[in-house]
Amino acid sequence: MKTTDMPRPVDAEPARAVPRKRPRGAASGGLRRAVPATTLLWVLAALYGFPVLWFVLSSFKPAGDLFSSLALFPDDPTLAGYKAAWGSANFSQYFINTTIVCVVATILTVGVSCCTGYALAKYDNKWLKAFFVCILATTMLPGEVMLAPQFLVVRDLGLYNSLAGIIVPALLTATGCFMFRQFFLTVPDELLEAARIDGARELSIFLRIMVPISRPIMLTLAILSFQWRWNDYIFPLLMLNDPSKFTVQIGIQSLVGAQNINWSVVLGGSVITMVPLIIVFLVFQRYVMNADINAGLKD
Amino acid sequence: MKNRAPDMSVSPPRRRSKYTVAPLVLVAGNVVLFGLFFVWPAVIGLVYSFTNYTGIGAFQFVGLDNYQNLFGDSIFYSALTRTLLYTVLFVPLNFVLSLLIANVLVSKHAKGVSVARVFFFIPWLLSPIVVGVLWRWLFGENFGLVNEVIEKLGGSAVPWQSNADLSLIVVVVAASWAWTGFSMLLFIAAIKNVPVSYYEAASLDGAGPWRQFISITLPSIAPTSFIVILLNTIHGMKEYPLFASLNNGGPGTSNNLLVQYIYQTGFKSGQIGYASAASFVLMLILMVVAIIQMMVNRRVENR
Repeated sequence: MKTTDMPRPVDAEPARAVPRKRPRGAASGGLRRAVPATTLLWVLAALYGFPVLWFVLSSFKPAGDLFSSLALFPDDPTLAGYKAAWGSANFSQYFINTTIVCVVATILTVGVSCCTGYALAKYDNKWLKAFFVCILATTMLPGEVMLAPQFLVVRDLGLYNSLAGIIVPALLTATGCFMFRQFFLTVPDELLEAARIDGARELSIFLRIMVPISRPIMLTLAILSFQWRWNDYIFPLLMLNDPSKFTVQIGIQSLVGAQNINWSVVLGGSVITMVPLIIVFLVFQRYVMNADINAGLKD
Repeated sequence: MKNRAPDMSVSPPRRRSKYTVAPLVLVAGNVVLFGLFFVWPAVIGLVYSFTNYTGIGAFQFVGLDNYQNLFGDSIFYSALTRTLLYTVLFVPLNFVLSLLIANVLVSKHAKGVSVARVFFFIPWLLSPIVVGVLWRWLFGENFGLVNEVIEKLGGSAVPWQSNADLSLIVVVVAASWAWTGFSMLLFIAAIKNVPVSYYEAASLDGAGPWRQFISITLPSIAPTSFIVILLNTIHGMKEYPLFASLNNGGPGTSNNLLVQYIYQTGFKSGQIGYASAASFVLMLILMVVAIIQMMVNRRVENR
């Protein structure tokens, strides 16, 4: 416990460099230490990976084999479940709806958050400070506790039962504002001063200089926002009434909520909804991993 | 703005205050969103919680009746205790698992870390609905893989879905599995920030890995630990989608949680006033949790 009181050594290395700089460990004990650590790592990884693997492989089994065969790999792989899911419960329509919601909401979320984060980082006045505190407050209070009144607001704005009704309320994210604020705080003020001296106007400094340099943050927030909107369930459930406007999550839930679950269709449909996120994640994983995450990493 | 990068004397902060139009334009969008979807709902929610509003037509103020009725309502009471129980089980399990995995992932001895990391992340990507479907598939009573294996090994099928407590435990395990990726990310960042010199000094003093973990890592990441606990508590208290797809709050209504209760009373039975009151009870609990944790956190940091 005393260690926290230890004065930080003056020559403490920058945090980011720490793992690399660790001494590569006495070569003598290298293997002896590597085996248990690696075994533990991979046993855990298998425990986490297995449910998904089993689920995905099962989705290729013919309906008759689903409950009879314990084999990991399907003997007789088929896409019947996928075809049934895509064709039956309007799944293609849900997929299109969800894609529209995710793309539009993500672009707007990034835009709004970038503007707000920049203003909070680079301008100084008491109203901005007050607004920053307000944004902080939204993280303390999850939207779920205001479901009923939010529903009424959306209804009174005439957005009920439209995709806009689930896009617009989602654009306010404290996480997005924080991420951009943190980033813009690291941009030296001298850069702004120099641009001002050159006669640039405030908004053009923002649009021409600041927006382009914040591209990594934009991408990170875009991935997160895409994930939030893709996975959202409660809000679409409340705001959409017309089955032709449903999102994939509502579609899947209506399949498992049925009296007799057609597992073949449910598995196919679930795997279809997993695919876009996993692709986005695998392509952009280094951005997600390196995201400067702080307390607000939630929508 | 305490953590603003220190300004060089060239441009004192005061100079920026002459810009008023630009910041106003920049924050306008979020100010409108904040007003419409946060302040306004919070205000009307509070007002409606004292009324018998049904969502349409006229309503009357009924004073504290909604709040009084809530505590006489056995379904609300069960939803509240079930939510608390779920959170109390989920938070420590998730904490231990994500801290363990974060430590293994930063270990310089383990091989294949960057590939293995993906396995812990994928569950976090999936929606609660898909996670629920997946675990329902694994833990089905008459068909699930887990029961199949138990029967193959000579045991008898376990009633994962028809026993209220077992069904809650399945959700707790599923939720911890799904949320490890998130908590782990916070822990990894915190562990990487602990100066290596601490470990070097401890090694010289003869401290083993376990001793180093207890005496260096754990105290150094205390602030992050509190954030993880806080966020997971909030997350646990508002869980619903996972229950919806895994057991639909069942068997029966035994595992209905607070958010599900709010949804049912507010939207299924049209008692907006009553549901708003239930929402404010949930909000008060979350605020108490947040305040307690902030106080604890401050004490830890000042120690």
